[in-house]
Amino acid sequence: MSVLGSYVLLLALALAGYSFLAGLLALAARPAGWERLSETARRAGIASFGTVFIAAVVLVTSAFRNDFSMAYVFHHSNRDLPLPYKFATLWSGQEGSLLFWSLLLSGYGLVLRLRHKTDEALFAHASVVIAAVQVFFLLLLNFAARPFTVMQGTLPADGAGLNSLLQYPEMVIHPPMLYLGYVGFTVPFAFALGALAMKYPGDKWIHITRRWTMVTWAFLTLGIPLGAHWAYYVLGWGGYWGWDPVENASLLPWLTGTAFLHSVMMQEKRGMLKVWNMWLVFTTFWLSILGTYLTRSGVLNSVHAFAQSPIGGWFKWFLVLIFVVFAGFFFKNKSYLASEHKLESLVSRESSFLFNNLLFVLACFTVLWGTWFPLISELLQGHKVTVGPPFFNSVIVPVALLLLFLTAVGPLLSWRKTSLDSLKRNFLWPALGALAVGVVMIIFGVRPWRDLSYFYALMTAMLATLVGLTVISEFIRGGRVISRHTGQNLAASMLHLCHRNTRRYGGYIVHFGVALLFLGILGTVFNQDKEAEMAFGDKVAIGPYTLVCRSYTQEEYPNYSVDVAIMQVFKGGRQIDTLYPESRFYPANQQQQHIPSVRSTLKEDLYIVYEGQNPDTGRPIIKVHLNPMVSWIWIGVLVMIFGTIVALVPNAAPVRAAVPARLEAAPVGVGD
Amino acid sequence: MEHSQSRIGRLIFAVLVGVLLLMGAGDDSARIDRLGHQMMCVCGCNQILLECNHVGCSYSTRMRNELVAAVDSGDSDGVVLEAFIQKYGTTVLAAPTTEGWVNQAAWIMPFAALVLGILLVAFVVRAWRNRPLPIAAGVPTTVAGAELDRFRAQARKETDL
Repeated sequence: MSVLGSYVLLLALALAGYSFLAGLLALAARPAGWERLSETARRAGIASFGTVFIAAVVLVTSAFRNDFSMAYVFHHSNRDLPLPYKFATLWSGQEGSLLFWSLLLSGYGLVLRLRHKTDEALFAHASVVIAAVQVFFLLLLNFAARPFTVMQGTLPADGAGLNSLLQYPEMVIHPPMLYLGYVGFTVPFAFALGALAMKYPGDKWIHITRRWTMVTWAFLTLGIPLGAHWAYYVLGWGGYWGWDPVENASLLPWLTGTAFLHSVMMQEKRGMLKVWNMWLVFTTFWLSILGTYLTRSGVLNSVHAFAQSPIGGWFKWFLVLIFVVFAGFFFKNKSYLASEHKLESLVSRESSFLFNNLLFVLACFTVLWGTWFPLISELLQGHKVTVGPPFFNSVIVPVALLLLFLTAVGPLLSWRKTSLDSLKRNFLWPALGALAVGVVMIIFGVRPWRDLSYFYALMTAMLATLVGLTVISEFIRGGRVISRHTGQNLAASMLHLCHRNTRRYGGYIVHFGVALLFLGILGTVFNQDKEAEMAFGDKVAIGPYTLVCRSYTQEEYPNYSVDVAIMQVFKGGRQIDTLYPESRFYPANQQQQHIPSVRSTLKEDLYIVYEGQNPDTGRPIIKVHLNPMVSWIWIGVLVMIFGTIVALVPNAAPVRAAVPARLEAAPVGVGD
Repeated sequence: MEHSQSRIGRLIFAVLVGVLLLMGAGDDSARIDRLGHQMMCVCGCNQILLECNHVGCSYSTRMRNELVAAVDSGDSDGVVLEAFIQKYGTTVLAAPTTEGWVNQAAWIMPFAALVLGILLVAFVVRAWRNRPLPIAAGVPTTVAGAELDRFRAQARKETDL
C-alpha cells in the first residue's frame, strides 16, 4: 500500500507540474495551438485531484487495516481506536494533514476547472495559480514530509495511538472545516492574481471571487468556533479561547477575509478600493500559508503545534516567493486598478467601510504582533517574553468594541451621503433600546466605573443590543413596505424581502449572529470558579447551585480506562441534574485526560472538572466553573453561518414597479 | 477649632486605615486570583497558572503554593512577580511588562497602529473628496427612455448592499 501511495503522490506532482507549466506557457507565450495546450493543462489539473484522492484513500485504508508497517499509521493510530478516529488519522499528524491540505486544494481546483465555461480566460489563469500552489504542497509530500514512509526493523504489534486530546467527535469535523477555510482562500487569491496578470476587463471577476470567498469564509467561521467548542469540552480548563499562537493563526486570515467581504462591496458598487481589495485577497491567502507554517514549524510554542520539523524552511521560502510574484504583477499592472468614483461624504456607507477595514486590519495586525512578539523580543533583548491572554484582552477588546459599533451603524448609512434625518430615523429606537440595557445592567450591579472589565461588559451589551435592534428594525421597516404593496402579513413580507435581496439581508443576519456571539463573550467577565477536595457527601456551592459528591466509579473501555465522579446538582433545594466529569487514561500513549461535564443553559454553564486525586491526601479534586451565557457564542456562530447561507442563495426576481410620471422629466444633478 | 479639625482628621485617617486593613484582610484570595492570572504555568502547557489542570503537573501545584505563601507573607504584587521571574525566567509572566523599550513597544504598537491607521484613512478620505468628478461638462437636464433605465440600473447597483 505504501508503494502505491508513494507512486500516486509522485504522479500527482507530475500532473500538477504539467498543469502549471503548460498552463503558464499557453497563457504567457501564446504559442500556436495554445488553446489546446491550455486545455491539456486544465485536464491535468483535474487528473491531479484523482491521484491525490487515491493517496488519501490509501492512507485512510491503511489506518483501517491497522497496517503498522506504515510509520504514519503506527504513530497516529492503534487497533482499539474507534473507526471515526481512524478516519481522522488522515489529519492527525504532520504528513497526513499536508496530504489533506493537498486533497482539499486539488478538490477546489477540480471544481474551478470543471466550471471553466463561466469565463475561460480568467479560469485558465486561476487554474495556473492553483496548480503552482499544488506543486508546492506536493513537493513537500514527496520530498520533505512523506506520509508513506515504511517502518524499519521488526513490525510493531500495535500502534502508538492517536493523541487522546484528539479523540473527541469534534476532531472529526473541526480540522476539515478549518482546512476548507484555509485552503479555500487559495481560490480568491488565484482569481485576484489571474485578473491582475491579465488586466481583466470589467468587474465580473470580483463577483466570482466574492462568492468563493463567502463559501471559504463560512467554513473558517465554522471551523474556528468548532475548535473553541472542542477546547471548552475537552481541555477542561473552563475556557474556550486561550490566545494560543495556532488559534491566533486561524483568526488572522478570518479577519482579513472578513475585511475583504466588506470592502469588495465598495468595488462592486462604486468601483473603489480596487488596489486595497487586491492586497486584502493576497494577505488573506498569505496569512493562511503563514498559519500553516506556524502550526508545522514549531517556531512558536503552542499546544497545537506539530513537532519541530524541517518543513519550516520550505514554508518560509514559499511565503517569500508568493509575495514577490504578487508584488511583481501588482507593480507591473497597477494602473489597471484605478478607482472610478470619489468619496462624497464622511457620513456614508463608503467611509464606514473604510473604518471597518481599518479596524479589521488593525485587529489582524495586533494579533499578528502579539503572536510574533516573543520572537521579536528574543531577537532584540536576548530573551523571550510570553504574550498571553492578559495582553490580547487588553489590546483587542477596544478594537472589537469599535467594530461592534460599526456593525450597528455601517449598514444603515446610505451610499454616497447620509442625511441627519435618515440617521435619526434609523437609529433613534435602537439607540434608546441600547441605553435601556445599559441602565438595567447598572441597576443590577454592573458598575463600569469600578472595573475596566465591567465597563467593557456594559459597552458590549449596549452595542450588541444596538446591532440586534438595528437589524430587527431594518427587517421590520422593509417588511412593512412589502406588506403594504402585497397585502402579506409582516412575517411573510420579511421572508419575501429577504429573498429579494439575499445578500443584504443575509448580511444582516450575520451581523445579528455577531451580536449574539459578543453577548456570549461578555459573560466571561462574570465567570466564577471554585476548587475543592470532595469525598462522598461533600458539598460545594457556586452561584445558585449546590453540588453534592455522590460517588466515584471506574469503567474500562477498549481504548481507555476512566474514573468518573458522580455529582448531583441542586438548585433552590431541589435536585435538577446529575453530572459525570471524567478522568481518562489512554494506555496506548500513556496520556491522561480530564473530560469536563457541563450543564449548559441559555443563562449559564455549570462546568465540572474531575482533576484527579491530591497526591498528598489521596482525596479527589473537583473544580467547578460557572460560566454565564456561553451558549450564546455557539448560537451566534450558527446564526452567522445561516446568514452566510442566505447571502449565497440567488435573489428572487425583482418586482418591477411602475415609474412615476414625474421622474421622467426630473432634472438630474451632478453627484445627486 | 484647630484641635477639633486635627482630631477629625486623625479619626478619618484611622477609619481609612481600618477600612483598608479590613479590605486587605479579605482580599488575599482576590490577589492570588489576580496574580495567578498574570502568570503562566511553566510546564509547557501554555496555560495561565491558575488554569493549568494537567494531571500530576509538577509545576503548577508547586507554583500555586509558592504564590499563596508569598501573598500570605505580605509581599507586594511587584515583589511577588519579581520573585517568580527570578526563579522561573521572564516567560513566567503572561504578558510583557512595561519596563524597557522593547516591552513598552509591545503595548504601544497596537495603539500606535490605530492612530496611524486613522490618520491614513483621514488622508485617503481627504484625497478622495478632492478628486475631480469624471463627468463631462454637458449635463442633460431631462432623462427619459433608455437613459433613464441606465440611471436606474446604476442607482440599483450602487444602493443595493
